[in-house]
Amino acid sequence: MALPLATVQGEESREALPTSEGLRAWRHFRRNRGSVVALAVLSLIVLAAIFAPLLTHQNPLAQNLAQALQAPSSAHLFGTDEYGRDEFARILFGARTALETGLVVVLISLTVGTLWGLLSAFYGGLWDMVLMRVADVFMAFPFLLLALMIVAALGPGLMQAEIAIAITYMPVYARLVRSVGLGLKSLEFVQAAKSVGARDAAILWRHFLPNLLPTLLVQATLNVGTAIIDVAGLSFLGMGVQPPTADWGAMLSDGQNFILMSPWLVLAPGIAILVVVLAANLVGDGLRDALDPRQRHQA
Amino acid sequence: MLTYVVHRLLWAIPVLLGVLVAVFIGLHVVPGNVAQSIAGAHATAAQLRLLTRQLGLDKPLWVQFWAYLVQIVQGNFGTSLQYHNQVAQDIGQAFPITLQLTIAAFLIAGVVGVLAGVLAAAFRNTWLDNVIMLLVLVGISMPIFWTGVMLILALGVDVPIFPFSSVITAGTVLPHITGMPVVDALLSGNMSAAADALRHLVLPAITLATYPIAFVTRMTRGAMIEVLGQDYLRTARAKGLRERTVVWKHALRNASLPIVTVLGVQVGGLLSGAVLTETIFAIPGIGRLMIQAILFRDYPLVQGIVILAASLFVFINLLVDLVYARLDPRIRYS
Repeated sequence: MALPLATVQGEESREALPTSEGLRAWRHFRRNRGSVVALAVLSLIVLAAIFAPLLTHQNPLAQNLAQALQAPSSAHLFGTDEYGRDEFARILFGARTALETGLVVVLISLTVGTLWGLLSAFYGGLWDMVLMRVADVFMAFPFLLLALMIVAALGPGLMQAEIAIAITYMPVYARLVRSVGLGLKSLEFVQAAKSVGARDAAILWRHFLPNLLPTLLVQATLNVGTAIIDVAGLSFLGMGVQPPTADWGAMLSDGQNFILMSPWLVLAPGIAILVVVLAANLVGDGLRDALDPRQRHQA
Repeated sequence: MLTYVVHRLLWAIPVLLGVLVAVFIGLHVVPGNVAQSIAGAHATAAQLRLLTRQLGLDKPLWVQFWAYLVQIVQGNFGTSLQYHNQVAQDIGQAFPITLQLTIAAFLIAGVVGVLAGVLAAAFRNTWLDNVIMLLVLVGISMPIFWTGVMLILALGVDVPIFPFSSVITAGTVLPHITGMPVVDALLSGNMSAAADALRHLVLPAITLATYPIAFVTRMTRGAMIEVLGQDYLRTARAKGLRERTVVWKHALRNASLPIVTVLGVQVGGLLSGAVLTETIFAIPGIGRLMIQAILFRDYPLVQGIVILAASLFVFINLLVDLVYARLDPRIRYS
C-alpha cells in the first residue's frame, strides 16, 4: 500500500510549481506594476546586449586618439573616452559583460551552495556540523576582503573575479537551502519515499529540489543585481575585467581620471549599472511577493 | 548571562581557527609557486631556491602550517615585501584611518536610517513613505563606487564645498595619539585642523553610509510596522499618550531588536565598502593598503590584513549577539 501512496505524493511534490501554481504566481506578479516595468526594462537590456552589433556601427575596442574625450554628439551619443573609443558602443557591449557576470556568479554559487545545503540538511549529524562550521568560517570574512584574497591567489581577471564573488555567495545559499531542507525532511512524503527505499539522490532530486525552487529563484534573481555590482567593484579596483574589454566597472574607474573634463565618462556606466541592478531588484521583489504564499496573504 | 557570554566566546575560537586555515590555504597552497610570484619572472633558479628555503616553502605543509600558526598567535605577521616594515606596523598606521571612516559612516547610517525608517512606518502609505522607499530602492541598487564619484562631481567639483582626496590638507602636522586625524586634532586642541579633517571626512563617510542607510531604513520600517499594530500600543494610545511618545518611545524600543541585528550585519559591509571608498578618495587606510599589497603580491601584508579584518568581524558579530541577548532574555536562557 505504501508504494502507490509514495508515488502519488511524489508526483505532487515533483511539481511543486505545476502550471496552475505557476500561472497564479504570474498573475500575482503581473499585478505589481513596478516589477512588470522592471522585467520589461531588463528584457530590453538583454536584447540590446545580444544585438549590440546591430545597434551601433562603432567598434567598442577601436581606438582613435584624434577623437579622444569628445563630448556627446550625434556621432558619439555618449561621447568618447581617452582613447577615442565610442562610449555608447562600450556601454552596449559592456551590458554583455555585466549580464554574463550576473548569470555566471549566480549559477556557480547557486549550484555549489544548493548542494552544500542539501548535504547538510539531508544527512545531518557530523556532515551538518562540519559543513555549517565551514559556512561560518566563510561568513566570518568581510565579503570583499575574502573576494580580494581569492583574486590575490588566482590573479586578476574576469573569470577569477566571478569565481571569487561566487565563493562569497555560496554559504548564503547553503544556509538558505539547509533551513528550507530541514523543514522538508520531516514532511510525510519525504518519509514515505525513504520508507519505500528510494535512493537518496532520487529523494533529493524529486522531492527536495522542486520544493526549493521558488525560494532559490527569488534569491538568485536578487543576487544577479548584487553580483553585477560586486564584480564591477572588483573591476573598478583593477582586479576584475582587464583592458581593453568593455566593462562598466572598469569604465567608471578609468573615467574617474577625466572627471573634470569629461563627466559623461562616469555618468554613463554608473547609470547603466544602476538601471540593471534596480530592475533586477524590482523583479526579485515581485517574484518574492508572487512565490512566497506567506507574503501573498499579507499583501 | 555569563554562561551565554562564555559559550559565545568559546564558539568564536573554532571560527577564528577556521579563518586561519582558510587564509593559509588561500595564500600558501592555492597560488602555486609563491616564491616565483614574489621574486618575479626574471629570478634565477638559484634565487628561487634560496627564497623557497627562506620562506620555509620546502618543508612539509603541516610544518609550514604550524610555523604560521605559532607566528600569528604571537602577533608576528612577518615583514612586508613592499615596504620592508613589520606588517603589524603598516596595519597599525592604516587601521585607525579606516576605523574613523567606518565609525562616521556607521553613525550616519544608524541615525539617518532609523529616523527615515520610523518616519516611513509612522506615515505608512503616504507620499512621505513612498518617497523614502523609492530612495531606499535606489540606495540599495547604487554601486558605492559610483555614489562616491557622483558626490565628488557634485560637491567637490561643480560646487566645491568639500575636499575629496586624502584625510587632511597636505602639510598639516598632527601628533600621533590615536591615529585618527579628527580625534588627534581635537585632542591636541588644533581646532582648525580638526575642522579640516572633518571636512575631508564628509564625502567618504556619506559614500560609505549610503547602502547601510537604505538597508537600515527598510528594516526599521518593517520592524516598526509590525510593532505599531500590536495591542499594547493600542493601549498606550487609548490611555491618552501622545502619538510622538507612542512611536518614538514605546514602539521604537520594541522594534530595536531587528534594528540592532541589521546594524551589526552592516558593520561587515562597511569594512568591505571601505576598500572601495578609500580607493575613490585616496584615503591611506586598510582598504587601500590591501589593494596595493595585492598589486605588489605582498603576501605577508595581504595575510595580515585579511586575518585582522576577519577577527574584527567575528568580534563585532560576537558583540552584536551579546547586545541582542541583553535586549532579549529569551536568547540567553534558551
